[in-house]
Amino acid sequence: MPLLEVKDLKVRVEEREILHGLTLTVNEGEVHAIMGPNGSGKSTLSHVIAGKPGYEVTDGQILFKGEDLLEMDPDERAAKGVFLAFQYPVEIPGVATMTFLRTALNAQRKARGESEYSTPDFLKKVREVSKSLNIPQDMLKRGVNVGFSGGEKKRNEVLQMALFEPSLCILDEMDSGLDIDALRIAADGVNALRSPKRAMVVITHYQRLLNYIVPDFVHVMSKGRVVKSGGKDLALELEASGYAQFEDAA
Amino acid sequence: MNVAVAKTGNGRAVSDLFASAEGRLPGSPAVAAVRREAFETYERLGLPHRRIEEWKYTDLRALVGEVLPLAAAPDAAALKRAAEAVKAHAIAGARKLVLVDGVFAADLSDVKALASEASLKTLRESLDKDAGLLRTASTDAVIALNAALATDGVALSIADGTQLTAPIQIIHVAAAASASAVTRSQVVVGKGARATIIESFVAAGAKTYQVNDAVIVSIGDNADVAHIRLMDDAPDAMNVSSHFVTVGANVKLNFFNMTTGAAVSRLQGFITFSGEGSELAANGVNLLQKTEHGDTTLVVDHAVPNCVSRETFRAVVDDRAHSVFQGRIIVRPDAQKTDGKMMTRALLLSDEAEADNKPELEIFADDVSCGHGATAGALDDSLLFYLKARGLPEKQAQALLIQAFVGEAIEQIADDTLREHVIGIAERWLERRS
Ligand SMILES: Nc1ncnc2c1ncn2[C@@H]1O[C@H](COP(=O)(O)OP(=O)(O)O)[C@@H](O)[C@H]1O
Ligand SMILES: [Mg+2]
Repeated sequence: MPLLEVKDLKVRVEEREILHGLTLTVNEGEVHAIMGPNGSGKSTLSHVIAGKPGYEVTDGQILFKGEDLLEMDPDERAAKGVFLAFQYPVEIPGVATMTFLRTALNAQRKARGESEYSTPDFLKKVREVSKSLNIPQDMLKRGVNVGFSGGEKKRNEVLQMALFEPSLCILDEMDSGLDIDALRIAADGVNALRSPKRAMVVITHYQRLLNYIVPDFVHVMSKGRVVKSGGKDLALELEASGYAQFEDAA
Repeated sequence: MNVAVAKTGNGRAVSDLFASAEGRLPGSPAVAAVRREAFETYERLGLPHRRIEEWKYTDLRALVGEVLPLAAAPDAAALKRAAEAVKAHAIAGARKLVLVDGVFAADLSDVKALASEASLKTLRESLDKDAGLLRTASTDAVIALNAALATDGVALSIADGTQLTAPIQIIHVAAAASASAVTRSQVVVGKGARATIIESFVAAGAKTYQVNDAVIVSIGDNADVAHIRLMDDAPDAMNVSSHFVTVGANVKLNFFNMTTGAAVSRLQGFITFSGEGSELAANGVNLLQKTEHGDTTLVVDHAVPNCVSRETFRAVVDDRAHSVFQGRIIVRPDAQKTDGKMMTRALLLSDEAEADNKPELEIFADDVSCGHGATAGALDDSLLFYLKARGLPEKQAQALLIQAFVGEAIEQIADDTLREHVIGIAERWLERRS
């Protein structure tokens, strides 16, 4: 059974159709890249998978491990293993990062009927992961993302991914606003999480990120549809020829 | 027409109340005369209503209607219930002074432990000598009623230079249903002294009851005081508390109030700077749900130059509850270099929740820096979604954001144990949300 099946998905925002029948299948262990120009609906797709309110699904379905994802609240989806690394992670003043991480992890474990992490185990795990991502302990005491640079915010998303151990990771424009060093650290963090049991959907506007996170499949999105799919070489083709050909096709 | 009816009704109820209570009210004949005079003031004014400017948002006639008869002195069963409540609400390490249904309960209090650091009398004992404690500048009807009916209270005096080694927690316990507890206390903090005073209002089985409390505080020069109030009454109770605080020179006063209970509550604080160079931080948190009405009214009087006041007020209002913040800053003509600011923020958790904010600046000096600001709004949807996408169920996500919202005010409590205690009360409030 595929991990994720998006079938002929049609989505409206404020009465306007943004996704016009999108189909995508992702199996365990695979890394898929979704590329496409700004406004083609990449973030919309990621938000609908994560369960953000404000989107109306008018047709199609999304199955996750065979279950209807659209019937679940966002927190249920998270507990089942869906993780979205946001394009623009929000700042949450007054909620210490450490408190947030522990509360979220334990909420997910509770929903799955697992016991809560003990404090020493939790601290050890956070320390390990944050070290590998070059996240200073001091940052974890601050409010979630408050005063973080763009790179720090993205690394904080990868940190959560490593802690929560989701089976599906969707990375929305992880490369936006990052310089090459920051990008390398974040990409290394992501690569360390690649596993036969885990799938990734890497959304990006630029080919550059795919030099670091090498995908198994590349899909080109334009105007709310997948217009072409292929292997990793498709990304290089796009780099050379641009998106214009697909915009016309769509 | 309506008003006349209400007044007659209330007036009669109170006359009976006063006549039947008179035998229980401590004090010499001189004290009795002061009480009668105060009662006459109350009878003339009746319960405050919306046409009294200071009470415009808290119409006690409409919200409460009538004053309940004074509670009887607690019997053994009431004291037993009170002992349980004290255990549940005592702050670790604090020295307790307990008033049950308006009567000092020595057996539940840490009188001995306190004796080496502060002198303590009950109101009952203090009034033997002096009716002064019943006199305050205000002619407010509830304060007059308090003077007429106060059965007991504590008169605490902390000598010059004393550094209290433990906080003092005054716990007001309501054990009697359908009755009033009327108390008046005094706190005198000597020059250069350091003290943490906590007042807790809790119930021991009683549901419908009324609290009318008054506290007169005077703080000597160079003292450092934290004064924390925790109004955690039963959901159907009424609590009206009045504070009169006089602040000497070079004082640091950290005042904090949190309201998490009572159908109707009002804290009215009158804080006057009488010496230069002092700093006041006054922080308030209202956590209101169901149809609760919570009013915090603070009047900060800069009567002398060179003082700083900072008021931070946070209201979290759920269901059909109503929060009121009235903050008045007065800067007298001589009070140059005054720095007085207040900031109010309300978080509305339902469409029917209401928050009123009335800031007033009365500035009679020219070289001052004063201001106020206010915001009101709902929880931020994008923050809620972020938390939910990380696995927090809706209520838990809301709770985390609400805690962050009130945290800004609670964080200013310096003592770790005390701050954790206050956070615990806020958490229990969050658990009670439907
Ligand atoms: N909340 C919204 N309200 C109105 N239009 C939106 C909203 N979110 C996205 N859109 C529109 O949907 C289209 C796709 O946006 P998006 O999914 O963000 O694209 P991408 O991530 O590929 O750049 C754009 O035309 C955008 O303007
Ligand atoms: Mg996008």
